[in-house]
Amino acid sequence: MSYSDWLIQLAQTALVLGVAPLLSGVTRKIRARLLRRQGASVLQPYHDLLKLIRKEAVVAENASWLFRAAPYLIFATTWVAAALVPTFASGLPLGAVADIIVIVALLGTARFLLALAGLDVGTSFGGLGSSREMLFASLAEPAMLMAVFTLSLFAGSTQLSSISAYMLGPGAGINISLALALVALIIVSIGENARIPVDNPATHLELTMVHEAMILEYSGRHLAVLEAAAAVKLLLYLSLIACVFTPWGTAVAGAGVLAYAVGLLAWAMKLALLAFLLVLFETAIAKMRVFRVPEFLGIALMLGLLGTILLFVSRVSR
Amino acid sequence: MLEALFADSGPDVAHRGWPRTPVGPDSWRAIGEALREGKLDLLGLWGDIGAVQCVLYEPATRQIMSASLDARAGKVPSLAPFHPPASRLERSASDLFGIEFTGLPDPRPWLDHGRWPVQHPLAESPRPGAALPPYRFLEAEGPSLHQIAVGPVHAGIIEPGHFRFTASGETIVRLEERLGYTHKGIDRLLCGKSIEEAARLAARVSGDSTVAYSLVFARAVEAALEFDPPPRALWLRAVMAELERIANHLGDVGAVCNDAAFSMMHAECGILREQTLRACATAFGHRLMMDCVVPGGVAVDLEPAGVAAILSLTASLRGQFPELVELYENTASLQDRTVGTGVVSSALAAQFAAPGYVGRASGRSFDARICVPYPPYDAAPLEIAVRSEGDVDARVWVRIQEIQHSIGWLERSLATLPAGPVRSGIRAVPATSVEGAALVEGFRGDVLGYARLGAGRRIERCHLRDPSWLLWPLLEAAIEGNIVADFPLCNKSFNCSYSGHDL
Repeated sequence: MSYSDWLIQLAQTALVLGVAPLLSGVTRKIRARLLRRQGASVLQPYHDLLKLIRKEAVVAENASWLFRAAPYLIFATTWVAAALVPTFASGLPLGAVADIIVIVALLGTARFLLALAGLDVGTSFGGLGSSREMLFASLAEPAMLMAVFTLSLFAGSTQLSSISAYMLGPGAGINISLALALVALIIVSIGENARIPVDNPATHLELTMVHEAMILEYSGRHLAVLEAAAAVKLLLYLSLIACVFTPWGTAVAGAGVLAYAVGLLAWAMKLALLAFLLVLFETAIAKMRVFRVPEFLGIALMLGLLGTILLFVSRVSR
Repeated sequence: MLEALFADSGPDVAHRGWPRTPVGPDSWRAIGEALREGKLDLLGLWGDIGAVQCVLYEPATRQIMSASLDARAGKVPSLAPFHPPASRLERSASDLFGIEFTGLPDPRPWLDHGRWPVQHPLAESPRPGAALPPYRFLEAEGPSLHQIAVGPVHAGIIEPGHFRFTASGETIVRLEERLGYTHKGIDRLLCGKSIEEAARLAARVSGDSTVAYSLVFARAVEAALEFDPPPRALWLRAVMAELERIANHLGDVGAVCNDAAFSMMHAECGILREQTLRACATAFGHRLMMDCVVPGGVAVDLEPAGVAAILSLTASLRGQFPELVELYENTASLQDRTVGTGVVSSALAAQFAAPGYVGRASGRSFDARICVPYPPYDAAPLEIAVRSEGDVDARVWVRIQEIQHSIGWLERSLATLPAGPVRSGIRAVPATSVEGAALVEGFRGDVLGYARLGAGRRIERCHLRDPSWLLWPLLEAAIEGNIVADFPLCNKSFNCSYSGHDL
């Protein structure tokens, strides 16, 4: 591990945080344009975060320390998880000590904390949101793990950098298990990021909320931190899909400034494309009934499982 | 049936529009029996100083009639034990007038939340306001039941209302509404006003139905004073009413879809609604056509440019709306949300005399324009859109069909608009007080209006009953057994008015 590798790691860590609000801004802008609206500036999420940070944080009287601490812990775990996903360059030094399973665990921790925070104040909406979130999580988490197992088995590693490198190499090719894992990962991403058809990030209908219901009691800097964490999470999932399934253009460690520039450009284009596809899908579909969501996430779990089994079978028969 | 009920009652009073018969307590109970048997529909019930009045409709003969009962003793028999839909109406009359309804199963106050400066504000001598005991919500007990309290302050910018859900996990066991937060004292404000002032107030009872309210008030006053506006005015009123219906139905179809997070419909319907409002502004000088209908006629004539604007609107709707209907029909994810959600049984719809699209989506084929026709609909009838499923999807479909019917009606009527003046002067008032009542079909359902005019053409008592009075209780029934997350969708498919209900 060289000095420059750490520099790149630091740059990526800062970048994911800096770019995440822009990604939300871009998705909102695309959505607005698809709905024939002008839409706010893509920079609006930055203004919103700044506004929230400056505002007073109103905390319920019966809130415990957990309610205050949870936003920062959620933000920290999500940010660290995002820093582990290669964005414009692979071979991250942090990636060597923390593989994709750690990412899943970190996100699980963040979710656990958020659900606890939703329950903490004792309002019915927080409880409603937390219970729905846990219902969804009980299928989304194993589905994510199954997809990860498929990838790891395929590439022979749980390191994202290695998986990414393997995908570029001659060993990889069109593979049914990979396709299944991709679909599973996309479904999980939609669910985990509270997008339509699982949840609606733009809703004001408190009874239909999942993610928003849990953070309904938050305001000021707490809300800012949670909003930032949500934006980082979306970036994380899109980067993860980009890094594993479209590894082209990503710079390898120590490749030089030009390669990094190309990597950066490639990453930005991949994110923009994925964001567009995501919003396109969201616009064309209505939200599901709450009890349909487990079926939807169950599909992801089954696909992940199927991917793993098919890989085993093909290994054995070879 | 109606005539037989009132055979032994006193003589009819000076009540126009339809007759009003003063009855005694025994006949009042007989009315209750007839309501229980489903032979009559209760369209409205309200208090007056020393009296209670109700409006009855007999579906078999399409007859409509008012009955009133002396309440000077302060006590009257309640209709609610016979006919549950009367409950909230009687509770409100009790809050406003201090009339005691004996046998009322649910004596809790309804409109009065204990925050008014006076109690019984419409009674002859109101009492100073007093704090009321805490409102007791109906009990629902059982293992694993929990309560969810929503509102009156909501996460979105909507009118205030409180909803108390008792749920078992996600399944709603009971919903209880608590309304009255937007009580503005309109009944009181109307008392003593001149006809012109009162017309402006009536137009503001529920902003989305401003044409319907202006129309029902104007028709009640015109009935009381026994004069007819010029023919052209009658047609222009109906043109406005149909435009209001189209605009609101378009908004609703989009909003129902938006509550299922299908924003595309919302955006596209929003564009069409905006086109409609702009055509209204061109034709009548106001986007919502507020204060355009006045007693005696209409305030603005429709110029050729206005006719052209409306016809270009209908052409545009004919081009674009069918595509949206197709989109609604072909989006499986949307159909999955609306079909089978929030079912109102046809029995309940009939019992509550469910107005408008809610009733017609549950097989109650009542439309004031057709069943108790008023001009110009008696000369140019419309089709009635009825479905039997009673779910959110059926309520959307009734709206879709009504939009289509209204478009056709507008096109036919604009071609044959009579010429002439659009407003006639109001005649001098006789010395005694005169009463009039009217029923018109607003976009949400039938709006009932009653006005009593006294000396100097001042309003003595005016009551405007929003269709929401009969719709809100049905929402409680519709949502039972559904999941909590489906409530907003179901609520939007009803789209009840808070302002019109709370008065």
